[in-house]
Amino acid sequence: MILRGPNGVGKSTLLRVLAGLSQQSSGTLELDHEEIAYSGHLDAVKFQLTVAENLSFWAGVYGTDTTAQVIAHFGLNDLADRYAANLSAGQKRRLGLARMTLSDRKIWLMDEPTTSLDAEHTGLIAQSISDHCAAGGIAVLSTHLDLDIPSAKTLDLVQFIPAKDTNTSVFLQGSF
Amino acid sequence: MLALFTRDLKLAFRSGGGFGLALAFFLIVVMFVPFGVGSDLTLLARIAPGILWIGALLACLLSLDRIFQLDHEDGTLDVLATSPLPLSGITAAKATAHWVTTGLPLTLAAIPLGYLLNLPEPAYIWLFASLAIGTPALSFIGAFGAAVTVGIKRGGLLLSLLVLPLYIPTLIFGAVSVIKSVDGLNPLPSLILLAGLTLFSVVLMPFASALALKANLN
Amino acid sequence: MSFWEYANPVKFMGLSGRLIPVLSVLTALSLAVGILWGFFGTPDDYKQGSTVKIIFLHVPSAMIAINAWIMMMVTSLVWLIRRHHVSALAAKAAAPIGLTMTLIALGTGAIWGKPMWGTYWAWDPRLTSFMILAVFYLGYIALWNAIEDTDVAADLTSILCMVGSVFALLSRYAVNFWNQGLHQGASLSLDKEEHVDNAFYFPLLVCIAGFVLLFVILVLIRTRTEIRLRRAASLQARNT
Repeated sequence: MILRGPNGVGKSTLLRVLAGLSQQSSGTLELDHEEIAYSGHLDAVKFQLTVAENLSFWAGVYGTDTTAQVIAHFGLNDLADRYAANLSAGQKRRLGLARMTLSDRKIWLMDEPTTSLDAEHTGLIAQSISDHCAAGGIAVLSTHLDLDIPSAKTLDLVQFIPAKDTNTSVFLQGSF
Repeated sequence: MLALFTRDLKLAFRSGGGFGLALAFFLIVVMFVPFGVGSDLTLLARIAPGILWIGALLACLLSLDRIFQLDHEDGTLDVLATSPLPLSGITAAKATAHWVTTGLPLTLAAIPLGYLLNLPEPAYIWLFASLAIGTPALSFIGAFGAAVTVGIKRGGLLLSLLVLPLYIPTLIFGAVSVIKSVDGLNPLPSLILLAGLTLFSVVLMPFASALALKANLN
Repeated sequence: MSFWEYANPVKFMGLSGRLIPVLSVLTALSLAVGILWGFFGTPDDYKQGSTVKIIFLHVPSAMIAINAWIMMMVTSLVWLIRRHHVSALAAKAAAPIGLTMTLIALGTGAIWGKPMWGTYWAWDPRLTSFMILAVFYLGYIALWNAIEDTDVAADLTSILCMVGSVFALLSRYAVNFWNQGLHQGASLSLDKEEHVDNAFYFPLLVCIAGFVLLFVILVLIRTRTEIRLRRAASLQARNT
């Protein structure tokens, strides 16, 4: 599912709430947090570790051992021993995708995964998401671009902007 | 959680900042004391237990903000929070890594520094024991302070203001045991109280730290 | 009609608005009566002369200093469990009052100490514990001011208050362990040997009542201000 909407409408917030990082102010959430892999604006990449070390760390965290396969799949073999500080934006994003795949989780939540990427990497992101969904996974992401993902549905958050005079804060009720 | 612990160790050694700085700071503080109070060896011997404990404690304080700040800044904390690791496990692993890279070296460094301050002979073993037992408490309590202030820009001074009062019981029990050994009294009761305090901190502080992290993730 | 309905800001403002005038009069009366009676209506102590009368300020302020923190603990817990904003703001409001009371206790203690023990300050367990309490208050207030999002600030300060309370208690025992003190026994204890003369007892009670009332109205007034500030902020956020 692709989230769309102007800046500030709440795409990031929605993704964070789905990931369990932020609390919603109202409503209920029925989601198994064991199924979630989250990727935010920042790359979550440690500069002082090599690509391989970054990924084997996440493999340790998620309890998987498919590091070698993932590195090969995303074409990171040549970069495996390079310190992450020396990667380009596209390469870092590939590393992030590798991490998502490594986590072996069903639901991908991605906040603006396409920013500052060239056409080739954007295509790579779209392809990875398509592969993930084809394999039975779900992806929810926000982007301003037109990604070529066949099974994608779009949700425009602009329809959820509350009208100007709705009272949402408990401090706005009554008068004193 | 072992993966997180070893990664933090690796990062601490590679960043060239956490590990050596704390030791250097400890040395400098100890050097300052004779400049400040005079080089009379008898006087130094009297105040050595307290100075060594205070120096180690302040050096520990220095590297506390690195515990969560770096991961918060590059988005790793967010991903860790959604991983299979419980938040309390994350805080415990990181606090332990902090102790290994800060508290433990400081404990070892205290012995030679004791000679600089003319610490009396019987006190060395108790200095080592009290620091070895007490520095984990400093790391785990400090991690709580770090978790509370992780979102605050340049929050180092606030971190100190919050953590130092929490350090008071640890400092008292630690220093008193060393002082008692110098005076020929029994240091063991104080050491046992210190051990109890450390046990309490190691077991319970990770949960408080996790709560604070959760609030900051919002 | 349960007590919890006053968690609603409008109800709270209504009730507090009606209470404050009444309580202010009571506060002024009890403080005036207590202090004047205590300072001018009681005989000089045979041992300590007239300086002992600082007790009429020292003991109540010390009691409030501690009870303010306890109140903050309770309201912080209410925020953490029930998410009532008024509760969190009440804790925020109480902190500077508690800090001031702690400083008054320390200051009056120093004034009392000089003629009695020959020193303004000594590292006696009770004085030291109060100094530690003052630093805890400072940290709590500083944390509120350091965080922009009020809900996050409320969460973090509440957790700090709970953790701080545990360590404040531990510090109390640690400080006792560390040093023996100069303090006399509890002023209001039932122990005949050490307690304060009867002539002092009743004016002291009135002063204590006055300080308690003072604390209550100050907290109410400050909480009302905090609520108004939040309302202003919400209005501003809504209109942009």
